Amino acid sequence: MPRRTDIESILVIGSGPIVIGQACEFDYSGTQACRVLRSEGYRVVLANSNPATIMTDPGLADRTYVEPLDAEVLAAIIERERPDALLPTLGGQTALNLAMAMVERGVLDELGVQLIGANAEAISTAEDRDRFKAAMEDIGLEVPASGFAHSLSEALDVGEQIGFPIMIRPSFILGGAGTGQARDRDELARLAAEGLAASPVHQILIERSIAGWKEFELEVMRDRVDNCVVVCSIENLDPMGVHTGDSITVAPAQTLSDVEYQAMRDDAFACIRRVGVETGGSNIQFAVHPGTGRRLVIEMNPRVSRSSALASKATGFPIAKIAARLAVGYTLDEIANDITGATPASFEPTIDYVVTKIPRWAFEKLPGAPDRLGTRMQSVGEVMAIGRTFPESLQKAIRSLEQGRHGLNADIGEGRYELLDDDELVARAAEPTPERVFHLEAALRRGISVEDVAAATGVDPWFLDELMRIVVARRQVEAAGAAGVGAFDRRHWRRMKRLGFSDAQLAYLLNGSRPSSQSPVTEADVRAAREAAGVVPTFKTVDTCGAEFAAHTPYHYATYEDEDEVRPSERPRVVILGSGPNRIGQGIEFDYCCVHASVALREAGYETVMVNCNPETVSTDYDTSDRLYFEPLTAEDVANVLQAETAAGAESGQPVVGVVVSLGGQTPLKLAHALPPGVVLGTSPASIDLAEDRERWNGLCEQLGIPQPPGGTATTVDEALAVAHKVGYPVLVRPSYVLGGRAMEIVYDDERLQQVVADLHGSLLREGGTPAERPVLVDRFLEDAVEVDVDAVRDRCGEVLVAGIMEHVEEAGVHSGDSACALPPQSLEPEVLDTLRRHTAAIAEALQVVGLLNVQYAVKDAHVYVLEANPRASRTVPFVAKATGVPLAKVAARLLVGDTLAALRDEGLLHPPVQGGYVAVKEAVLPFSRFPGVDTLLGPEMRSTGEVMGVGSTFGLAFAKSQIAAGTALPAEGTVFLSLADRDKQVGLEAARGFSALGFSLAATSGTAAFLESNGVPVATVVAKVGETGAADAVELIASGRVQLVVNTPRGRGPRADGLHIRSAALAHQVPCLTTVAAARAAAAGMADWRHHGLSVVSLQEVHAADGAR
Amino acid sequence: MSSVTDQVDDFFAGERPPALLVLADGSVFEGEAIGAAPPGGVATGELVFNTVLSGYQEVVTDPSYAGQVVAFTYPHIGNYGVTPDDDEARRPWCQGIVVRDVPPRPSSWRSRESLEGFLVRHGVPGITGVDTRRLTRRVREAGAMGCAFGTADEDTLRAAAAAEPGTTGRDLVSDVTTGELYRVGTGALHVVAYDFGVKQTMLECLGELATVTVVPASFPADDALALGPDGVFLSNGPGDPAALPAQVGIVESLLGRVPVFGICLGHQLLATALGGRTYKLPFGHHGGNHPVRRVASGVVEITSQNHNYAVAEDSLVRGGKPVAEVTHVNLNDGVVEGIRATSVPAFGVQYHPEAGPGPHDARYLFDDFVDLMREEKR
Ligand SMILES: Nc1ncnc2c1ncn2[C@@H]1O[C@H](COP(=O)(O)OP(=O)(O)O)[C@@H](O)[C@H]1O
Ligand SMILES: Nc1ncnc2c1ncn2[C@@H]1O[C@H](COP(=O)(O)OP(=O)(O)O)[C@@H](O)[C@H]1O
Ligand SMILES: [Mg+2]
Ligand SMILES: [Mg+2]
Repeated sequence: MPRRTDIESILVIGSGPIVIGQACEFDYSGTQACRVLRSEGYRVVLANSNPATIMTDPGLADRTYVEPLDAEVLAAIIERERPDALLPTLGGQTALNLAMAMVERGVLDELGVQLIGANAEAISTAEDRDRFKAAMEDIGLEVPASGFAHSLSEALDVGEQIGFPIMIRPSFILGGAGTGQARDRDELARLAAEGLAASPVHQILIERSIAGWKEFELEVMRDRVDNCVVVCSIENLDPMGVHTGDSITVAPAQTLSDVEYQAMRDDAFACIRRVGVETGGSNIQFAVHPGTGRRLVIEMNPRVSRSSALASKATGFPIAKIAARLAVGYTLDEIANDITGATPASFEPTIDYVVTKIPRWAFEKLPGAPDRLGTRMQSVGEVMAIGRTFPESLQKAIRSLEQGRHGLNADIGEGRYELLDDDELVARAAEPTPERVFHLEAALRRGISVEDVAAATGVDPWFLDELMRIVVARRQVEAAGAAGVGAFDRRHWRRMKRLGFSDAQLAYLLNGSRPSSQSPVTEADVRAAREAAGVVPTFKTVDTCGAEFAAHTPYHYATYEDEDEVRPSERPRVVILGSGPNRIGQGIEFDYCCVHASVALREAGYETVMVNCNPETVSTDYDTSDRLYFEPLTAEDVANVLQAETAAGAESGQPVVGVVVSLGGQTPLKLAHALPPGVVLGTSPASIDLAEDRERWNGLCEQLGIPQPPGGTATTVDEALAVAHKVGYPVLVRPSYVLGGRAMEIVYDDERLQQVVADLHGSLLREGGTPAERPVLVDRFLEDAVEVDVDAVRDRCGEVLVAGIMEHVEEAGVHSGDSACALPPQSLEPEVLDTLRRHTAAIAEALQVVGLLNVQYAVKDAHVYVLEANPRASRTVPFVAKATGVPLAKVAARLLVGDTLAALRDEGLLHPPVQGGYVAVKEAVLPFSRFPGVDTLLGPEMRSTGEVMGVGSTFGLAFAKSQIAAGTALPAEGTVFLSLADRDKQVGLEAARGFSALGFSLAATSGTAAFLESNGVPVATVVAKVGETGAADAVELIASGRVQLVVNTPRGRGPRADGLHIRSAALAHQVPCLTTVAAARAAAAGMADWRHHGLSVVSLQEVHAADGAR
Repeated sequence: MSSVTDQVDDFFAGERPPALLVLADGSVFEGEAIGAAPPGGVATGELVFNTVLSGYQEVVTDPSYAGQVVAFTYPHIGNYGVTPDDDEARRPWCQGIVVRDVPPRPSSWRSRESLEGFLVRHGVPGITGVDTRRLTRRVREAGAMGCAFGTADEDTLRAAAAAEPGTTGRDLVSDVTTGELYRVGTGALHVVAYDFGVKQTMLECLGELATVTVVPASFPADDALALGPDGVFLSNGPGDPAALPAQVGIVESLLGRVPVFGICLGHQLLATALGGRTYKLPFGHHGGNHPVRRVASGVVEITSQNHNYAVAEDSLVRGGKPVAEVTHVNLNDGVVEGIRATSVPAFGVQYHPEAGPGPHDARYLFDDFVDLMREEKR
């Protein structure tokens, strides 16, 4: 039967900002859905607050609402658009919850909107843990015994019934407070007490712990006539107890016999049928007892998920795309498998390779958060690697992480494990941390048996035996390697490469066993030697069917086999290097840029070749580019792709035009030097260096007469002190060559400076750099300056277009990635704007930029200082594009291949930025709620995971929307609590006046209160001064729920500066907390406008059309 | 205990002997020998590939693979070991296996023995380390063909591969069928099951529903009827149906006198007995993920398949009248997967509803057989 004709327009809900647990996998699924639904001729209305996504490109939907994902707002959108149907299963938990809210509010019934994909009944059956357990029991599936408790005694009773060990699971608890394992009554009592205290509803879920059991996941699809298929099975290397999202996972399942697997498959179908998911994808998690095979159901998600994105990339079966088709009435057998073209989607993919996923964490950026993994997800991104065997895919995945490791140890990084004695090592391996897999290898290499390691860690011996192969081979290289690369012939090299060893690891191993007298073996020596021996990678194809049928999609991975499958090419090809795993400081924005480049260049007649290793992204969708290489972004792996692509053009004489390194953030930029000279498109590596190398950069600014904060570089502590004394405190210290203000700190005195510089060198060494290569930058810190971001492009003929000037809300000192900013700027004088444009153009010219340029400035008393220039795509490119309608990334891509701005204007790709009288505000979204121990204070080190955008007719409205979208819903009434540093009191006064004018009653700490009262602002409640003994009062006040908004700015800027307990209280009790007076002032303005204008929503298409200037 | 110290030696310590795989078309693949050492270092057979991700033991012990060498497309084979519970026959029947990788040791609470140990014990040779994807692509293009593999030199293997007869026109059933009658299962209904190379799982499925008397492939029809069965079951089996005129004769004389259900080879014999014709597919269907549509309801089932021959749809007519209707169709390539006789109580499916290995989606067919027997009883 063809698609449904009874519906014409469909509302799709995205998942909002990138947060831990909901990353760009939902941009991937949402984008696929929008494309499919439009190609089916439906009118698509999209709601998503995240401007960095592909799915919010105005071209992908008929109406795109970059508005807060909030019930009120969504209702207004539905009211306005009157869609026939709502598809909630592609936007993660956020979309499901919103859809349920719409149902509960009766909005859907009232306006006759159908839920498609999953109905309300199914959603609540799956999402409500109690109902789910009951549902499983009545179809005879086993679940872990559990119960709820509201008091300590109740908890202990439930505990006794269930039996130990017990897991206390958070219900409505932020940050996992009170989560944990209890082995006995005492531990239960302690944890239960904590949990009950932490829970706003004084309720805890007590569940029998099955930590240590094997964990599996099945990705299932169902259509409206009840055809069910399993797309992929996934096995976790980390046993139960570590969240799947934080586990190393492998596809397909490795240790299940067919008898067990088929039984699990039957259970999965029974589950999806009982829950009643009508159409689409669901994932079902199982726990299996290693000794008996006993199988429990853990949970089911009635929607596409992070795992389904992984499964799609792992098998080539596009779950979201097909889910969207099923939702509008198709059945699986009516949909073609577009990889084979010949066969239908109603089948179960089979694969002839192994896929390994490894999460990437950001603990280094969250001091105070222990790097302990548990049942709540903490990772911020992930990588996937494909190999013919598990060892190969594991080592490829590890080097994909870009954490300075070249594989499973066998590199400098392994040094730190030598310090541990056997017991410590096993103990470390037993506790789940980001380093576990390295601990496992080190333990096995020590000679500790697989049995002992398995017993201590619960990791299945199969995995450990495979690690052992890597260990044994490594030992053998060391044993045979004294003679250097000469020691090995084809068979040796092939064997090592088939186990996934990188050339860098092999060089390291060879050097380890050579007398230091001899010159060290380099990575290049290894490559030369193995290539001479005829050992080169072959590229295989991901085809859903284990080669049973011919594949039409060039989706490749490298391995060491006989036959290469890369097809010849007749057209000029551009290679685009992606941005690797999401991490704080480098996220979806860069994937957006890479995808836009691919689209723009395909339209311009090039064949595009994408290289990336992030399974969550749109860039790794096999139909985003003409060719996809799912490979690590390292010098070796990228060189392999270039060789393959060069060979592909040999016959037709079509060359690789070049490589795009400027759109994927720091990752590809770092690779620029490793590439053959001349292949880098756009700004030359030399210019990139000039901008990154402080000495030379300072020289350039001087020469251009552009003021900078005085500063200098240092490779030793003494040099650092010298610089600091020259420019005066406070100073800002940070390493060069990092993104996201990594390890950046504002320092007020010598003592701290010495410490910071020493630490920096330590951490750099660990990442394989030396102080000399990576000097430390010391700049005068400009206090209370306005920060400005400028995004511009320059073409090869020298024309510069300043596409966006963004004024930050928070002062300089809060990382650009963490501060809110407005476009157009709100307070900057025309002559300042002028200066910004002049400087930007001058820098673009001096660096001979071709493509994108981002410059950050600090403006203090009308003086403009340049902070840094990045001759590459910046985090703000998608925001600028959405706010101004200029397809900045597409334009940049065309400039990279030699087109000019003039030509693009004629072509109609580029028109002037809109000036439609709308203001767009970008706000950052921070992960603090997951990390209770971490201070929520903003600083020069970026910590946000994502961003949202608010659009309104005034700055206030746009800002208010951005706050709602970011989850800091500003209250309509109640009490505002202020506790301000002296230097903030003047500005704070304005904010306070605003609040009380709006009828809020004020509370403040004594100092702040006195200041406000003396300036005629009444303060209703005064609590003891922060830091004083009675300081608990402030906390009690917040805990008592009598405060609706907290404004707290600390004295001094040290880490964990005072006021911490106030901010923690606000976090714990979910009271919105602003940590700068700038934000408070903006908030007051926002609330005022909100009151005055009320809520109104507007689509991007309208914003872009409402252009006065055109 | 397994620790690194007892494994590190010189570079290829504990390595397996290098071996080669040569196809009848001359293509050569490198690998290492595993399993039993074949006489003269040469093992031969008709090479087919199987795409299952799990279930290697069931495949290796499936009598339908007699005369064939099975290449597994999934690289890691042997992960969870082997257990008597998963045997489809008393011993493996395939001529050998080709894999990309075998693990050092199995890991599973069910495992009683490693796959390698099992192969050695049963005299089945194998080769590992092979680029099985290249091999699969070759067979996909050129079709199933003879092959030879082992530690012998390339020329010897080349000659052996060229000489390998393949399964076309060969009766392999007489090698694998049971010598004497035996009984399995309990139940009011009585089924006589012809063993052309029957799989254990098949007998289990039947045994749950009826008392089953298993008889040899050449068991005369009249003797079978003399046992007073409520129905006759025709099992799967190896080789070319066209090479089994005697069995076709047996089926012909059963039709119309007792309900008949055939699976795989049994289905092909049924079709032939009804007047239909079979033909050889280029490389057959061997896997656990083939979509089959039930023509009547349109429902799609994911099926376990293992066949090189199929029934020609256009052959199912006699004197302009259809002798059977097509009940199941393969959605990948339109191959006939199931038929029901129009004038006599008989039906068959080309694929494996009993699974083992594979999905359970089609188990309902055994109940259909029971229903058919009950109707005929009345
Ligand atoms: N009863 C349990 N005992 C031990 N670990 C568990 C138990 N239930 C869940 N877990 C672990 O917690 C993780 C998260 O639980 P899950 O129910 O999947 O919640 P989420 O919705 O966050 O995915 C699981 O991946 C599993 O590793
Ligand atoms: N001299 C300075 N005075 C005040 N703030 C600064 C100064 N230099 C940098 N910052 C702050 O630190 C943040 C990060 O610095 P930046 O040079 O942009 O590093 P990144 O490469 O991480 O973006 C900036 O966004 C700005 O808020
Ligand atoms: Mg889960
Ligand atoms: Mg910056």
